[in-house]
Amino acid sequence: MTSIVVDRLVKTYAGAHRRAVDDVSLEVAEGEFVVLVGPSGCGKTTLLRMVAGLERPDSGTVHIGGREVTGLPARLRGVSMVFQSYAVFPHMTVEQNIGFGLTMHKVPAPQRLSRVRRAAEMLQLEEVLDRYPTQLSGGQRQRVAVARAIVMDAAVLLMDEPLSNLDALLRLQFRSELKRIVREVGATTLYVTHDQAEAMSLGDRVAVLRSGQLVQIGAALAVYDSPATQFVGGFLGSPPMNFLTATVSGSSLAVGPVSLPAPEFASSWDGKPVLVGVRAEKVTLDPSGVPAVVEVVEPTGAAMLLTVLLGDQRLKVSAPADLRVEPDETVRLRIDPSSVRLFDPETSLALLP
Amino acid sequence: MRNRVGLHLACLAVTAFVGVPIYLVALAAFTSRTALNEFPVPLGPTDVSTETMRGFLATTGVTGGFLNSLMVGLATVVLTLVLGAPAGYAVARYAFRGHDSYQLLLLLTRALPIVVLSVPLARVFLRIGLYDTTYAVTLLHTALALPTAVLISSAVFVGVPREQEEAATVFGATPAKAFLRIVVPQALPGIAAVAVFTFVLSWNEVLGATILTLNQRTLPAQVLTTLSDSPLAYRFAGGLALVLPALVFIAVMRRYLLNIWGTLR
Repeated sequence: MTSIVVDRLVKTYAGAHRRAVDDVSLEVAEGEFVVLVGPSGCGKTTLLRMVAGLERPDSGTVHIGGREVTGLPARLRGVSMVFQSYAVFPHMTVEQNIGFGLTMHKVPAPQRLSRVRRAAEMLQLEEVLDRYPTQLSGGQRQRVAVARAIVMDAAVLLMDEPLSNLDALLRLQFRSELKRIVREVGATTLYVTHDQAEAMSLGDRVAVLRSGQLVQIGAALAVYDSPATQFVGGFLGSPPMNFLTATVSGSSLAVGPVSLPAPEFASSWDGKPVLVGVRAEKVTLDPSGVPAVVEVVEPTGAAMLLTVLLGDQRLKVSAPADLRVEPDETVRLRIDPSSVRLFDPETSLALLP
Repeated sequence: MRNRVGLHLACLAVTAFVGVPIYLVALAAFTSRTALNEFPVPLGPTDVSTETMRGFLATTGVTGGFLNSLMVGLATVVLTLVLGAPAGYAVARYAFRGHDSYQLLLLLTRALPIVVLSVPLARVFLRIGLYDTTYAVTLLHTALALPTAVLISSAVFVGVPREQEEAATVFGATPAKAFLRIVVPQALPGIAAVAVFTFVLSWNEVLGATILTLNQRTLPAQVLTTLSDSPLAYRFAGGLALVLPALVFIAVMRRYLLNIWGTLR
């Protein structure tokens, strides 16, 4: 029963004008993989460091496995961590690096060696156990950092942007490998990243932070599909969610001169201005749809990304890859009312049915 | 290829610039006094003799001065490291009130010339009974070496990423253990450089040592105050005696120094 419970944590750095972490409460269930995601400076790393015991909160509590650890130093919390800069020890061999935590916990040598070997195997480091970190590639160093963390068999695994220093191709490869390893280890995992694609692909649940506050937490696809605020919709997904200013009129949405069918619940905002949010892949080409002028055509291989003008507002459309269109052509679009999300233009909060 | 030749030539030139004078001084120190007066002076060891050196070492005060210098030098290194390294660590790791002014203040202490510093110090040492002891010189040299020692060692500690220390504590190390097992091994080459710098500074310092002592002179103080009245051969012997120990100390520390430069690449 090793859950992480974070309750109303607040942290302000000395000399800072605003809170780095502002009243965040969060629960990670046993064995769950939760990703903290947000733009840089949103407080996600600070939150993680408070869970690790590397930063002391101004107020609020952290419980790990039912035990309050708010005031405990990191070494007594029973957590393991992967750092953004890897933080492997350059004066120790790979084997000594991976075994460092076990040495500190006075695990007998034979047991230590077999555990180090097992972790090294999981991360394909058997060949380089005798080398020093300077003799390794960046990707290998990252593997050492992960091996050092999982060899502890800690119930809680914390990861601070572990993939951000790898190049794009390596990042993609290691991402799925990391997901497999974490599942094998079965640790309760809190993972920090600024990369929304990483967050979506790794987490059982995704927690979106902004300016120190938790904006939304939920299953990755649920958050992607129904963002709680305009910010979440614009942050998660590539391309980000489209936003169109519109006015509700009866059972339709007036987007400039164009009229789109409105979802049923929109009727309670009849006559009011709203922000229409729609994902690029939810816009389909349909001969009976509304006309829009193609501005830019970007083939991505898997799809054809169109930037079109709907009235005077820009919209990204993910069209089939085999579509042949040229700029300035007119295409006809259909937006299913069930895929339309509405936001309050003043508060940018989602309008719920 | 061309670059490498140029690099080697440059290395040779620098080595010659430093090495040739030392060689000539050593040669003169180990040449008999008659051979030294020949013209032209032979450039190879023709008439080797330890006569001059023996004569020099037998002079009153030389052996004592040598031992004093050694003691002062080593004590200064120890004291400077004990005081300076923790201060450097604090400057490197912690943001505290007056952090920047502290660093500036450190440098300001070097703005006072040794002469200005030594005379009031001599008064203080006279009053508390430390005058004319190696302790007095050690204290002065420590004060002289500390500012630079603090600044260099803080730069050394900054070079060890904080995340490594944090990683060590997450994996079960106490702060002290994290410092000893993670920071110290990596900082050692830099600390060795501080030690070399401190020792050489102490070994070469003459002015303060001369003012603060009468009988317990360090070697440079002893030699330099009597040198002007000595015959030429003694000057060479004295010169060699002044240069050699510092060279030996650097040679001993070389391993650590090469370490730091070896890993930087």
